[in-house]
Amino acid sequence: MDAAEPLHELLARLYREESRRVLATLIRLLGDFDLAEEALHEAFRVAMEQWPGDGVPANPRAWLVSAGRFKAIDGLRRQARFEPLDARLADSIAACDQPLWDGDSLEDDRLRLIFTCCHPALGADAQVALTLREICDLSTEDIARAFLVSPSTVAQRIVRAKAKIRDARIPYEVPGRGELAERLQSVLQVIYLVFNEGYFASSGAALTRSHLSNEAIRLGRLLLELLPEPEVMGLLALMLLHEARRPARTSASGEPVLLDQQDRSLWSAELIAEGDALVLQALRSQRFGAYALQAAIAAVHAEAANAAATDWAQIVGLYDALLRISPSPVIELNRAVALAMRDGPAAGLALIEALLDRGELADYHLAYAAQADLYRRLGRSGEARDAYRRALHLARQGADRQFLQRRLDELVDG
Amino acid sequence: MKYLCLVYSNEQLLHDSPDSPRDEECFAYAEVVRQSGRMLAAEALQPVETATTVRMRGGKLSITDGPFAETKEQLAGFYLVEARDLNEALQIAGKIPAARVGSVEVRPVRQLDV
Repeated sequence: MDAAEPLHELLARLYREESRRVLATLIRLLGDFDLAEEALHEAFRVAMEQWPGDGVPANPRAWLVSAGRFKAIDGLRRQARFEPLDARLADSIAACDQPLWDGDSLEDDRLRLIFTCCHPALGADAQVALTLREICDLSTEDIARAFLVSPSTVAQRIVRAKAKIRDARIPYEVPGRGELAERLQSVLQVIYLVFNEGYFASSGAALTRSHLSNEAIRLGRLLLELLPEPEVMGLLALMLLHEARRPARTSASGEPVLLDQQDRSLWSAELIAEGDALVLQALRSQRFGAYALQAAIAAVHAEAANAAATDWAQIVGLYDALLRISPSPVIELNRAVALAMRDGPAAGLALIEALLDRGELADYHLAYAAQADLYRRLGRSGEARDAYRRALHLARQGADRQFLQRRLDELVDG
Repeated sequence: MKYLCLVYSNEQLLHDSPDSPRDEECFAYAEVVRQSGRMLAAEALQPVETATTVRMRGGKLSITDGPFAETKEQLAGFYLVEARDLNEALQIAGKIPAARVGSVEVRPVRQLDV
């Protein structure tokens, strides 16, 4: 501890850096999210009262855990006069001889918290809200603003999720080897969903909500520290490589700038270097999955000095590999766009039309936008206009709509 | 904690899909769960055409033919198990052979507040 640091600043810093760890351990010790949150705040309140006189304890984190636990037992005993069940709960917590404090179990507690918040028995909305609230310490108001829902909707999702964890007895544990891979997928999905919500805002005018993307990257880093699996590396790399492009992906007027038009000197070399290293590490493990492959595609883009210098053959190959592990029409669409760059617009167009004929992407504006772009490059302006109109009809986001409208206007004028 | 695993399936498909379990397999799995000590009860049900629904309204008993709700999937059977937590219950439920053609709803049993 820095002796010169004023106590209120030290406490604020401890809250920022340690409150989630302390909470994760208190949830294990007390067996209840709400009880643990209350205990966490009690612990910091007591610290504020006692530390000025008693001095700062040698291990503040351990002190906060044990103060929180003590306060919770104390509170339950006092309430026991009205609610006899609380007495039994207090006794069972007090009698429990789980280790309060040792390095390993503390790291495990953070993983326990992550796996519990992202448990597949909770709905996707609940997983995201709970993760952002409990692990990232975002307020319900912040979460509501980011997802364009009311704070009471977010609060209700969190209350329901906690009730399900308690009533259906979702265990507070890191899954065993047999289940780990599958359960990790649901954690990665939550993190990627948070990132995408910040990166490709699905509706509304504000295109960049970098705050959410940064939270997702922070979560990715935390998970990698606790569980260095290849797919965790892959997801973190993917997010970093996308985040690197953020300064170049919107124009001064707020319109999206497509990858091939972006000023690559604005890309963050630092994030790209970190992402590249992680992709390599993941691919070398030979146990990589869809996230590492998507990150590898982003890394190929990142290493090209300009759009024309892109190694499209390698990108098509990576999409082939990706389709083998996780077939999806959106990945087929992306592969078709890459193939059009490698073999010319006519070849890509044939694939996109076959894909649209199958009907799976009939409501996806980017499928028509890609089709329109290839028509335009082939000089088939009438068909390009029709496809842009269809894309415009389906696009929800203001900036996407402006971009499509401008492309359409150019064709009408030309 | 007790969990009720409700096995739902489209009755038209339950016995006719290539993945459909035969009675011997269903019986064998129930034996496995029984021997693990987790089983409290398990039964397969007659088709939904045999269902009768009763309601007591204003002191009068009403009896109607058919299930409580017409749905695409019908209740085909159930397991009542004792499990450590939801994860263990989900593991047991996932291996019920009918889960391959239908779905299994896992519900914690509520202690009556008395």
